[in-house]
Amino acid sequence: MIYMDNAATTRMSERAFEAMRPYFMEQYANAAGTYSFANASKEAVENARRQTAKVIGAKSAEIYFTSGGTESDNWALKGVAEAYAAKGKHIIISAIEHHAILHSAQALQRKGWEVTVLPVDEYGMISVQELERAIRPDTVLVSIMAANNEIGTIQPLKAIGEICRAKGVLFHTDAVQAYAHIPLNVEEMHIDLLSASAHKFHGPKGVGILYVRKGVKLLPFMDGGAQERKRRAGTANVAGIVGMGAAAEEAAANMNAAMDKIAAIRDHMIARIEKEIPYCRLNGHRTERLPGNVNFCFRFIEGEGMLMLLDANGICASSGSACTSGSLDPSHVLLAIGLPHEIAHGSLRLSLSEETTMEEANKAVDALLEIIPRLRGMSPLYEDFVRNNQ
Amino acid sequence: MYTEKVMDHFMHPRNVGEIENASGVGTVGNAKCGDIMRIYLDIDENQVVRDAKFKTFGCGAAIATSSMATELIIGKTVQEAMKVSNKAVMEALDGLPPVKVHCSLLAEQAVNAALWDYAKKHNITIEGLKPPVDDVDELEHEEEEDE
Repeated sequence: MIYMDNAATTRMSERAFEAMRPYFMEQYANAAGTYSFANASKEAVENARRQTAKVIGAKSAEIYFTSGGTESDNWALKGVAEAYAAKGKHIIISAIEHHAILHSAQALQRKGWEVTVLPVDEYGMISVQELERAIRPDTVLVSIMAANNEIGTIQPLKAIGEICRAKGVLFHTDAVQAYAHIPLNVEEMHIDLLSASAHKFHGPKGVGILYVRKGVKLLPFMDGGAQERKRRAGTANVAGIVGMGAAAEEAAANMNAAMDKIAAIRDHMIARIEKEIPYCRLNGHRTERLPGNVNFCFRFIEGEGMLMLLDANGICASSGSACTSGSLDPSHVLLAIGLPHEIAHGSLRLSLSEETTMEEANKAVDALLEIIPRLRGMSPLYEDFVRNNQ
Repeated sequence: MYTEKVMDHFMHPRNVGEIENASGVGTVGNAKCGDIMRIYLDIDENQVVRDAKFKTFGCGAAIATSSMATELIIGKTVQEAMKVSNKAVMEALDGLPPVKVHCSLLAEQAVNAALWDYAKKHNITIEGLKPPVDDVDELEHEEEEDE
């Protein structure tokens, strides 16, 4: 099997898995326990807090553990919006946010908040000038993702942070695809809140963090016990948190080398596809791009067929076509970068990790060299295109 | 999510291609929604479908339903071919997931559109044949919900 869906989830790191192991059957105490048996669990959670904070230059007291990226995004938007409702009820997001942000913003809209959705250019980049113009006296929060999950475009976080800071508006970034993949620093980039999820960087599923800058008000999202300094109720997922800490530390330590290695394979795949497959389009930015993201549209064909034929070749990938989204519309990200529906239906995302080899990359491209002409041979759109060009 | 028969017709589609000087050609669906089917018919002087070919832009189910639809109509009279319903196509494939039922409807409509084209070109009337519609999702149809 060739696994190229690392933007969906990753294989657990062995080191993270081993770090978690004692917290199931040996150190199983509730981290909130008062007896000495709970000390090891408590210390393990605090250690993971330090590990995850360090990756983004935060203080450990600014890290809150959650159930993952979706919870962190929901909490950031809804928690900030409600806490600052007296100041204003306007928030700004981008058109290519993850559904966890888009749908949270829509939920706020239904409750009376105003939401400005910033458009993006053909590479998926927002305009900082446009952002500056969109900020109003009643704006309380700007939420712009660090790097896009589909097309890999990395936003100008520092410039966004500077504008937000200067205008006195909070800045949240959904860094689920970026955390521990590319350098992020909450001080340098003036980030006030940041979401991350462990399973995107070889940690376990079901655990994430929300970084909340000291002094930022945030209403609790989960009501209950006094865990996480009374801000996020629920018994700490000790093993998961330990796994996240270990995976974050490992990924951050290897980040520079991993970025170079993965980006070299990415660029090799992009170059081969562009050279060897006609009528394709690279989606996303050519340089401001996640190291592991390859995303193309292939004209005249539809994504699901590609995925099924790749699967038959033992290759796991994903697509933004309607058929894979369960709706009739292709991905909102591909439409936001200006692709017409019929081209957006033919998208393919191959997302790499440090475990991806050059040999696998070549095998995947070789498979596409068979699959794409095969599907085009069945396509009436291609038939018409060839006929019209004769 | 797909039955073995659907996978078989997707991986090894029957009757892919074009027919030169076809008796009738029908194209339905639109690229915006992500599926287009085109069916070519070769019909003999006794009004029997001698051959059928298809070209489809769409998901795995769209390709499999086109393949199955051509299989079901070859050798049939135009009257019989007209009566091959989306339900018959689905049954022959051992069912489709609910979100893919519209693919079978598209296949039924593609056959109908090709027959309509044949009737028009040859100036004949096929009793009960309705003109092709633009949007299959607006049709009344029998839904079969599997899985």
